[in-house]
This record gives sequence, C-alpha cells and structure tokens, in this order.
Amino acid sequence: MAEMRVNLCGIDILNPIIPASGTFGYGYEYADLYDINCLGTFSFKGTTREPRFGNPTPRIAECTAGMINSVGLQNPGVDKVIAEELPRLVGCFNKKVMANVSGFCIDDYAYTCNRLDVCEQVGWLEVNVSCPNVHGGGMSFGTSPDAVAEVTKAVKAVTRKPVIIKLTPNVTDIVSIAKACEDAGADGVSLINTMLGMRIDLRNRKPVVANVMGGFSGRAIFPVALRMVYQVANAVKIPVIGMGGVATAEDAVEMMLAGATAVQVGAQNLVNPYACRDIIEDLPRVMDKYGIEKLTDIIGGCR
Amino acid sequence: MKQTIFTIENNTALTDCVYEMKLVGDTSEITAAGQFVNIAIDGLFLRRPISVCDVEDGLLTIVYKVVGKGTEQMSAMHAGQTLDILTGLGNGYDITLSGDCPLLIGGGVGVPPLYNLAKRFIAQGKRVRVILGFNTADEVFYEDEFKALGCDVAVTTVDGTRGIKGFVTAAMHEGYSYFYTCGPEPMLKAVYTESVTDGQFSFEERMGCGFGACMGCSCKTVTGYKRICKDGPVLCKEEILWQK
Repeated sequence: MAEMRVNLCGIDILNPIIPASGTFGYGYEYADLYDINCLGTFSFKGTTREPRFGNPTPRIAECTAGMINSVGLQNPGVDKVIAEELPRLVGCFNKKVMANVSGFCIDDYAYTCNRLDVCEQVGWLEVNVSCPNVHGGGMSFGTSPDAVAEVTKAVKAVTRKPVIIKLTPNVTDIVSIAKACEDAGADGVSLINTMLGMRIDLRNRKPVVANVMGGFSGRAIFPVALRMVYQVANAVKIPVIGMGGVATAEDAVEMMLAGATAVQVGAQNLVNPYACRDIIEDLPRVMDKYGIEKLTDIIGGCR
Repeated sequence: MKQTIFTIENNTALTDCVYEMKLVGDTSEITAAGQFVNIAIDGLFLRRPISVCDVEDGLLTIVYKVVGKGTEQMSAMHAGQTLDILTGLGNGYDITLSGDCPLLIGGGVGVPPLYNLAKRFIAQGKRVRVILGFNTADEVFYEDEFKALGCDVAVTTVDGTRGIKGFVTAAMHEGYSYFYTCGPEPMLKAVYTESVTDGQFSFEERMGCGFGACMGCSCKTVTGYKRICKDGPVLCKEEILWQK
C-alpha cells in the first residue's frame, strides 16, 4: 500500500499534492467538479489587505508549453475573504487551507497575516514576496535577502501558524534568499513563482498582455523550477514546497527527489481542471513502478 | 461544467475562413443559448473557448473563424476525430426578458450563438427579427439557416455587396421589445448607443481557464467585478461599464 502522507511544517496532510495559489480560486469552483477533500490542502487566491481589481485585460498570453498571466492579484480583500470566502468553503473542504498573502509594504503583510491568524480553517500562511505583476509591489521584497527577512520577521511576530515564504525565481541567487528566510524564522519556503515573461502580437506589434510583461508558468518552466528546488533544498533545513510546471505524478515524484516535501500544481489546473485529482490517483502507480513505498522516503533522494 | 470527449461528425467551410463543426457527445451540461465550450487542441497549452451555435440531443454545433494556430488546426480536422471539450461554460442569454418580438444582432463570428437563441424564441412562438452584419458578401453565413427557422432576417455589409450597406445599426429599426447581441466590441458599443430598449451583450476576452478560477478575463461592471467566463459572457445593458 503506497503511503502518500507527508508532514508539512507540523501538519500531517493526506498527500503532497497542493493546488497552487491563483489557479484554484477559493476552492469552490473546483468543488463543483470533484470532491476536493482528496487534496492534501490547497493554497487560496493571493489575498491582500484591501480589495484589488488587478491589471487591465488582456491578462493572458499563450506560450509554447505554458502561459503568461498578468492578473495582478485580483482579490476581494482579507476582510471579505474571512467573512465570505472561508465560510463558503466549510461545506466543501474539511481540512486546513493554505492562506496565500500578498502585500505592498511590511505593514500590509503583518495586518493581513494577523487577520488570518485567528481563522480556524487556515493551517499555513504562504507569504508571496514574488508576484511580478504589480508595479512597486511584491517583487522588491523577494529579490533582496534583507527585505525578505524583514517580511518574514514581521509576519512571524503576528502569527503562531507556520509561515511559508513563496519565492520568486527572478533573482540572481535564490539560495541566498531562501537562507535569509530560514534565518529570519520562516517555517518553510515554496518555489518557484512565475518567471517574468512577454509575448508580442505580430499583427499589431503590441505586447499580448496589456501590462506588457507577466508571469510565465506551465510545463515549460519545470526544469528551471526543479533545479532551484534542488539548490534550495540542499541549502536549508526547513521544508521546501516545489512547484513550477508540475503536470503529472512523475513530475511530483521528481520534485520530491529534488528535495520537495510537498508539491504544488498551478497552470495545469487551468487546462485540466481535474489535474490534481488525476495526479493523486496516479501516484500509487508511479510509486509502485519506481519501488517507492513511502513518499517521505524519497524527499531529497537525488544525490 | 463537464469534461467530455466528443467525436467530430463533420467539419465544413462556410466561407473562406469560417467553419461549421458538428460533434457528437454528452451535451447535457449545455443549458442556455450563449454558453460556450472550451476545446483542448493537441500541442497547444490553453484550450480554445468557442460559443455554442446549436445543441440538440447530443449533437453540438460550433461555428468558428480561423484566427490562429488553434483554430487553424481545428479547420484541418475531419469526421471521426475526437476532441476533449469542457461544456456548459458561462451564463448564456436570459430568454425570460425578451418580450414578444426580440431583436437579435450578430456581427461576424458573433452570429453563431444567436442561432440557438433564435430557435428557442421561435419554439415559444415569438416574432424574431435578426440582423446579421458582415464586412462583405463573401463573408456572409447562416442567412438561410435563420430564415429556415422562421426569423425575419436582415443582412448588412459594410461595403454594400449584400443586403443593406453599412453596419448592423443601419438595420436597427424600432418595434422590437428587447435585444440580444454578440459581435466585435465596436459593434457592441454602437448597438448600445443605438438601442431603445434593454438588452443583453455577449463579450469576448482572452481566457486562461474558462471556468472562473484564474481571474484572467475579469471586467468592471456597474455591479462589481465580473469574470467574462463564469459571470458572463452575457452582461445586461444596465450593468455594462465601457473601458477606454
């Protein structure tokens, strides 16, 4: 019997497959399609202190084996998430959810995390210091070890829940950023967020997305993500959540071999809404094929 | 929403670049005219959202224009091939507000979703007037199909090579109880300005998922933010906020 349970920052989860923030809304769109209780958890839509509409449309550009998005953190704001979105989830998801938080100054992060700290349904706080979409926003925190440490400390000071810092790949040395998170008290790191990308429409010679640039995700980025997960996992002792282009159970196993304790699935949910369920159902077969009895046995197993 | 494998029954060119594809499969999730389906294409990452032209007991008809790689690939497909399709997406038109003589206004590939809508109104015994707008005579399609349903059909072409010369608004005479429209945004704006009753507009936007999860196709409306794919594509006249 394939054992898929993992422990993520002190909380046991059924399996390591976690829908990534921004591709799973607040869960209930998918609860109409399948019983989302088969998931270990999911990371909800990036939430900010104030409501946000986000960037102008078009916000989506297709790429070879992937896509660019410039949604720009559209969300109803933390107060409405607590008052409306989380209660709505009660009927369809009976586990701890991962709360994804974004901000534009240290105070924003602390305020939003503090508000979510009292929510029983929230298991982890995943702090996005990497969204490349917002001018003068998250980007600056995630690209400097000092700034990322400051955010980590500010958030840790207002919550007892495990704090996971979600890292941007758009940096020179992701290992130094991850280490700064660990030193500042982070309970885990998740990586990678989207890579900054761009497309141009040949017909009108204009950028395809209105915001000019956006976050590139999808299967094309998997090798880059895997490499960064490997580097970071070998440099820190805290758990690493691997993501970036994961689309199959084989990809998930590969991420875990690189050092990931859990694996997030993002863009694939948008093209196959059943992607996470399908991966979870296929994991025992892949584990059996490669002689894996317990998934925890293979974390960082690539030497 | 449902993910289903459909089998192509036929795929024929209606004009130089507009094709009609009929597919057999489970259409049970398609409940309203004006909804759309999202089609997976081999080798391309995102699905292609295409409006439902007609649906009847497991037979789905779509009419699409070749504009890029995805639709180009679709145009080369033949009977017997299968497609992975998400069905039952979007709100569709609300037919309860139509009154006795609804006016349906379509421009270019905005015409197809009006076909099933017209069919529903005719079945209710309503007097349906349809305006089909195109650039030129070579681009005209579905004129006979709408006539065969029993609609009063007016065709407009920008260059005057068929029907009334001008835009769809040139054929928008009073006497309708309500209107339904789909087409390029400049046309929708013109219809908005010209119309003398309430009505419903179907919008197009680049989409990520097509089922409300990614916020890729959001727009601002009088009643707040809406996702074209999930809360739309149909919006009522009174809730529209034109951008730019």
